[in-house]
Amino acid sequence: MKRVYKRPEGLSKTIMRYCPGCGHSIVHRIIGETIDELGIREKTIAIAPVGCSVFLYEYFNCDSIQVAHGRAPAVSTGIKRVNPELIVFSYQGDGDLAAIGTAELIHSATRGENFTIIFINNAIYGMTGGQQAPTTMPGQKTTTNPYGRDPKLAGYPIRVSEMLATLDGPVYIERTAVNKAVNVLKTKKAIKKAFQLQVEKKGFSLIEVLAPCPTGWGISPLKACEYVDKVMIPYYPLGVYKDLTQVK
Amino acid sequence: MNPDIIKYKTGEKILLKGNEAFAEGTVRAGCRFFAGYPITPQNEIPEYLSWRLFEVGGTFIQAESEVSAINMIYGAASCGARALTSSSGPGISLKQEGISYIASAELPFLYANVMRGGPGLGNIAPCQSDYFQATRGGGHGDYRIIVLAPDSAYEMGNFPKLAYDTAEKYRNPCMILADGLIGQMMEPLEFNFDFVDVEKIPSKDYVVGNCKGREMRVINTLHMSTDILEKHNWDLYRKYEKIKAEFTLFEEKYTDDADIIIVAYGTAARISMAAIMKGREQGIKIGLLRPITLWPFPEKIISQLAQKVGKVLAVEMNTGQLVEDVQMAVNGKAEVYFYGRPGGNIPTGDEILGVAKDALKMKNVEPGKINVLNKL
Repeated sequence: MKRVYKRPEGLSKTIMRYCPGCGHSIVHRIIGETIDELGIREKTIAIAPVGCSVFLYEYFNCDSIQVAHGRAPAVSTGIKRVNPELIVFSYQGDGDLAAIGTAELIHSATRGENFTIIFINNAIYGMTGGQQAPTTMPGQKTTTNPYGRDPKLAGYPIRVSEMLATLDGPVYIERTAVNKAVNVLKTKKAIKKAFQLQVEKKGFSLIEVLAPCPTGWGISPLKACEYVDKVMIPYYPLGVYKDLTQVK
Repeated sequence: MNPDIIKYKTGEKILLKGNEAFAEGTVRAGCRFFAGYPITPQNEIPEYLSWRLFEVGGTFIQAESEVSAINMIYGAASCGARALTSSSGPGISLKQEGISYIASAELPFLYANVMRGGPGLGNIAPCQSDYFQATRGGGHGDYRIIVLAPDSAYEMGNFPKLAYDTAEKYRNPCMILADGLIGQMMEPLEFNFDFVDVEKIPSKDYVVGNCKGREMRVINTLHMSTDILEKHNWDLYRKYEKIKAEFTLFEEKYTDDADIIIVAYGTAARISMAAIMKGREQGIKIGLLRPITLWPFPEKIISQLAQKVGKVLAVEMNTGQLVEDVQMAVNGKAEVYFYGRPGGNIPTGDEILGVAKDALKMKNVEPGKINVLNKL
């Protein structure tokens, strides 16, 4: 019998401690598969953020660094400039990347640093208990928006992919989702392409992944997947926002 | 190594600003990665390195902030590079987050604080107001930084080799605590160490990258288990105790026959020497104890001298920081005096000689208490 599915070598054997219905484990697996398929495990460094995915260094079977909240793109810059042959990816949530780490994100992108950012947008701070994120939807209730996010008081959600696409530095920016199989497959394709571009030393890439957080949103996993479709995707349209490899 | 990159022969007499001497000294000591953000009075360091690192095949990055710069250092040090950042007080405050992480991860790197007046934005004049910040760790958590205090362009140029070797020996960050005068002053110096061939720096068994044939490595500062974090804290403590026992540097001058000892570092020590020489012409016997490492603090020698001499005067360009360490070292066994000029003002030799004379005249002073000699 032919084996068609197994744990990628890029992932460790540690059981992931994510909530049922969370998007993180799906994206972890996609990255693990990508590491295997490109044969880059021995030269890959994973950068773990602060947030629910802080224990990422236990889940990947490659060298890794756990860094301060929001600073992953700066740490990645230091690594790649010292050793350009390594493959570096940072894995960051919306608070880490689009609030406290905004400066590090924008400036590593505009410098065109040759690493890959996997940006998980689930519109909430999961690990600290469900507070407002920079990407929290208007009207969405969080533990710090008990009446729902009011843009007049708390501002509007940030569209990271659109914003970064205005810069000259990045080579590839795409927004995907992991709320249903077809989107998971598209996410795999996007992440693999981003890593491939890094291997080819093409420059900065970011894949924004819309991911469900049933626990933080206070709804069932199935409802959370629907929420991504009905509420998030209309505000955060999926698609390629920048792809210099397509420019002739 | 291409010999064209050496630039200066060992022992060759050159004329440089303190900041430039420091920058060249770091390259000479094997630094190939700098990230920093402009701030006066240290700008000659990044400006010099922006072309010098290019010459030697290194990397210079002007970061978007000090916060980002220190995290670039975290990445470079994680790969084993001799990494460097520099700043002045306000920028060092911003870097403390990253320094705390790097200290916990036990990665060696070098940074310089070319001090200016504080607090807040303060001013850009020479000052010694960041002594507490430097010698108590500076950021959050329970850690220490090895602190070297140069008093000349010569030491600015030559301390980087000592700093990197010591930082790597103990796997601990090391800082140079200078001030605007040491950084900006131009004076002759020579390098006392040969240009380091970075290819010959031994590889480190704790850095990340290229995990072929070994288990994966994690550089981490998160320890959710209280027992594991407590053990980590005690392990760091034991390391700091070892550094204290093995690496305490100071300079003693005219202490043999002194009636009073001045304790001062950096610019304050340079000017105190002028006071000491002038005093000697007048038959007034003042000695100098100059701490070169501010952490570890040379407490033993200060304790010994204090008991022998009976009067100790701390001179600083602040309102009294090092004097608290002097007071602890003296431990009630001698009279403790303090004279300080904060705000970016620099004391003159005559001023220091004057207060030393005042201290010599004072009688019935309670041992161990800090007697401030400024007329406030």
